[in-house]
Amino acid sequence: MILRRLTDWPTGHWRSPFEELERIRRKMDRLSEGLTGGLLRRPVAGVFPLVNVTEDSHRYYCRAELPGMKADDLDIAVTGNSLSIAGERKITDEDKNANYHRREREAGKFSRMISLSDQVDTAKAEARCVDGVLTVVLPKAESAKPRQITIKTS
Amino acid sequence: MTDSRHQALQAKVKKEMTGPTEQTRPGPTFTPAVDIFETAQEITLMADMPGVKAKDLDIDLRENVLTLSGKVASPEGPNEVDVLREYQTGTYFRQFSLSEVIDQAKIHAELKEGALRLRLPKVESATPRKITVKTE
Repeated sequence: MILRRLTDWPTGHWRSPFEELERIRRKMDRLSEGLTGGLLRRPVAGVFPLVNVTEDSHRYYCRAELPGMKADDLDIAVTGNSLSIAGERKITDEDKNANYHRREREAGKFSRMISLSDQVDTAKAEARCVDGVLTVVLPKAESAKPRQITIKTS
Repeated sequence: MTDSRHQALQAKVKKEMTGPTEQTRPGPTFTPAVDIFETAQEITLMADMPGVKAKDLDIDLRENVLTLSGKVASPEGPNEVDVLREYQTGTYFRQFSLSEVIDQAKIHAELKEGALRLRLPKVESATPRKITVKTE
């Protein structure tokens, strides 16, 4: 009798053990992130678009995969030390008689700000979108470029 | 609920392919997102394959299996150092089995801005023809 009562209990009691586990799992994830430097982390609910930022001694390169985007649908702005990428992905509506078997691509608006660690020269920033890959080239400001210091011996 | 078109796009991590067959090329392999729809005359397939140039895209149709394969060159220059890496680049690969009979000579493929549009017209005899049922 008592056993049946416990299993009939709707939610309250049985949910909390799993909630506890979830919390522990999240803490463990954060711990392992700290060990691997965060590079292995997959942003599950990250902001669109996913971006790779690389640098060499003179420039920053920001790349994003934006398939099906034309240059007109994109709005890129650079200020000081941040880059903003905004736009809208449109998917053309097909024939009304079309029968969709699969619909995996998504459309919609997106907007993202990426902050950069050094100052960039906004006047010389360039962006190009080739084959659905957006590349923004941001030359570093003079003050941010590494300057070789010669060691005087005398 | 807001119209899905006005909601912000969510980032999705590219699906990496894990399957029984291993790829001979090094690097990760991803399955591209695909829309497939069908009209009475043709089947159209739209695939998102950013970073693939027309010459690196391989479309193969044999024995009713359609294979899409696109190579992506690593866009980074040799001196570049990672500051932030949120996505990987790699080969795109996906296979579909087609039940319809396709007129192979009239297949039309167009790759624009990293989005592939593949039109597969059905063979004339396979287009549905309504047969009216006569009573009596």
